[in-house]
Amino acid sequence: MPVRFLAERAIDLAIVVFGVSIIVFLMIRMIPGDAVAIMLGANTEITPERLASLRARVGLDRPLVEQYLVWAGRALSGDLGTSLWTGKPVVEEIAANLGVTLQLLLMSLTLGAGLAVPAGCAMARVRGGAADIALRVVTIAGITVPSFWLGIVMILALATLAPGFPSLGHVPFAQDPLGNLQRMLLPSLALGLPILASLSRLVRTAMLDALGQDYVRTARAKGLGERRVVYRHALRNALLPFVTSVGITAGYLFGGAIVVEQVFALPGLGRLIVGAIGERNYPLIQAAILMVTVGFVVVNFTVDMLYAAIDPRVRR
Amino acid sequence: MRAFVRGQPLLCFALALVALQFALALLAPWIAPYDPLAQTVIRRLKPPSALHWLGTDQLGRDVLSRILHGYRGSLAISGGAVAISLVAGGALGMISAYRRGWTERIVMRVMDVVFAFPLMLLAIGIIAILGPQPWTTAVAIAVVYTPIFARLIRAPALVIAESEYVTGAKAIGASDTRILLRHMLPNLASILLVQASLLLSAAILVEASLSFLGLGTQPPTPSLGLMLSEGRNFLMLGPWPAIFAGFAILFLSFGFNLLGDALRDTLDPRLRKLS
Repeated sequence: MPVRFLAERAIDLAIVVFGVSIIVFLMIRMIPGDAVAIMLGANTEITPERLASLRARVGLDRPLVEQYLVWAGRALSGDLGTSLWTGKPVVEEIAANLGVTLQLLLMSLTLGAGLAVPAGCAMARVRGGAADIALRVVTIAGITVPSFWLGIVMILALATLAPGFPSLGHVPFAQDPLGNLQRMLLPSLALGLPILASLSRLVRTAMLDALGQDYVRTARAKGLGERRVVYRHALRNALLPFVTSVGITAGYLFGGAIVVEQVFALPGLGRLIVGAIGERNYPLIQAAILMVTVGFVVVNFTVDMLYAAIDPRVRR
Repeated sequence: MRAFVRGQPLLCFALALVALQFALALLAPWIAPYDPLAQTVIRRLKPPSALHWLGTDQLGRDVLSRILHGYRGSLAISGGAVAISLVAGGALGMISAYRRGWTERIVMRVMDVVFAFPLMLLAIGIIAILGPQPWTTAVAIAVVYTPIFARLIRAPALVIAESEYVTGAKAIGASDTRILLRHMLPNLASILLVQASLLLSAAILVEASLSFLGLGTQPPTPSLGLMLSEGRNFLMLGPWPAIFAGFAILFLSFGFNLLGDALRDTLDPRLRKLS
């Protein structure tokens, strides 16, 4: 890959991360009213000394630019503040909840994206007529089904059909691998099925597009078998837009995970963040948003680089 | 209009579906059989019956009436959010494409930054600051959707800004506002229309998710997401409120997604050329 292309994209990445950090930094400063009084909460008596001491601890008594530099400097060294309620570093709390969410994302993404390729190829064979419309209606219904509702319906169905199957709660993988996978299955399905619907539609469109290209006609003209034409020539090209949207889908999936974690009582990042909002634990909310967003920016950057490595046309 | 929909069974169906949902939402106060807030303690968590078509919830409120009123809230919040982001994002995208230079660079950079946040996460962050209210939900969704419109419209707007008729309009001394609104906007309308319909479908899901998390509409106001989260606690006693509320969300979101999809097909030749 050309160095110049790589350098340009790295600068883009740096600018976006910088912008994200500014927005996240300003968040706390945009809370209407006295954020410090809110942070002290209703439980503690608010005295001027307490206000001043917390203000100094959060650094709200200094100029904005200085506050940002101090905050960003600490963030870079891994210090994103302490939780207002437990007093522990927020990074520790986030790390403790990260695993569940990552597992959920990976399992649902594997499920959705993995099945989308064969499903999309199969769907590309059906074209026109009633079957086409039926497929479209089914996939759109799949895209618009609320994953949290799907989760609730699955819990209900399973409670009726297989009352012994553990569907709620969480056990660490290291402690009970089978129990962990059993409990993660339903949430991953609830999250993965809408993704399967949208990605398989994408594969179908890309396949139909690729099958109409000149290189496919050439491949057929030189007498290659249909299987080889479809898998070697059409599919490889059709997968390019698919790779990009898998990266974007991951960000979208995270939103779904926040809600699905509530449904299945999974101790993941989503529950941490939603709980923190109820407690007005702003340092925790701020750190979680920063870490997750930067994580996705880096994932998408990597996907873009992969894309460019596979497809030289992108580099131009 | 008739010529437009002829031979488009899917588009006709989608239009009818969306029209029906708008009608249900608008007419909710008149067609709902009960007051959505009226509690009848002796008829709690009843299954569907002639008296209550979709049953009652844990406080004995009529589920059908709550769903119809929930439609109003859901459509108002997501419709408002999409309208704001359509205007803001459309304007930013068009102006960047028309002005080019630093305007374009700065605006699109800011859009890139906002777009970098996972959608729900930014919406949740905005609500954490502003507090959970119907209008803050609309604002939060509008903010996360604005870069989607701006990024979508910029590329085709660039092509149009370079076109001969825009050059011509400039030559006869048309003002910038006139060029943007009279010459560029009509040519971008179809793209915006399709995206607005698809994003409205997604916004309905986002709004329902936020209400489900307790970050949107607050009780006792009827809201589809809230009905689901309340109904979840009584799943084994009476699953009806949760099941029907979910169907209602699916139905609403489905209608707009199908409409956007069918519209895109109908307008495809132009779209493909431009994007």
